[in-house]
Amino acid sequence: MRLKDVAEMLEGNVVYGLEQIEKEVEFAFASDLMSDVLTLQKDNVILLTGLANVQALRTAEMSDISCIVFVRNKKVNEDMLKLGKESGIVLIECPCSMFKASGVLFNNGLKPIF
Amino acid sequence: MHFEYKIEGGDFTRAGNASSQVKRTLKQLNVDPKVIKRVVVALYEGEVNIVAHAYHGEIHIDIDTEKIKMTLIDKGPGIPNIEQAMEMGFSTATPEVREMGFGAGMGLPNIKKNSDKFRIESEVGVGTKLFIEVYINQ
Repeated sequence: MRLKDVAEMLEGNVVYGLEQIEKEVEFAFASDLMSDVLTLQKDNVILLTGLANVQALRTAEMSDISCIVFVRNKKVNEDMLKLGKESGIVLIECPCSMFKASGVLFNNGLKPIF
Repeated sequence: MHFEYKIEGGDFTRAGNASSQVKRTLKQLNVDPKVIKRVVVALYEGEVNIVAHAYHGEIHIDIDTEKIKMTLIDKGPGIPNIEQAMEMGFSTATPEVREMGFGAGMGLPNIKKNSDKFRIESEVGVGTKLFIEVYINQ
């Protein structure tokens, strides 16, 4: 699935990374707990989270996660945007709950990690 | 190559800066991305631990052709029971740390999992030292 499709399906707003929007992704992981995200071994993963702070960005950077979808209408602040630009992480805001966003992406073929 | 970073306890806005710089260096050195990920995940977990639990600390990174050696030394309360701290799910994190997405008692076990060599020393009332090595060619 392309990141563009992810954004469209979730009625998301791409805050940063439009130039990477054609990129294909295979897996998604949904969590507000960064400790869990840091245990993931897979590549080609997007993160769905309601944790809107710089540590979500740092966690994604260390885990080689190329896109974060912020659910529940959480907003990307200036510090997060700066880090996103520095590390080249696509940032999408969306109005859906974590449950709905996960369900929509799962139904359309994005795979779970486990 | 040797790098040193100073870490301030409680400063979550800067937590991860050292790990980010190490990641950039390893990328420039063309280290295998899988190895880089193990190094920076272990280092970031350790960096967050210093910010979350200690007053301040230092990170020393030594890179040679065979391995990446990381030494994390903090001045802080120390760990009374290391065996317990290494158990998955055991945590003494504050609510503030949990609000940042951490403090689930998974940091130390995850550092060990991502390391080829791992050792921890701690003295109550003094601080904690982590010795981590990740081999480059495996």
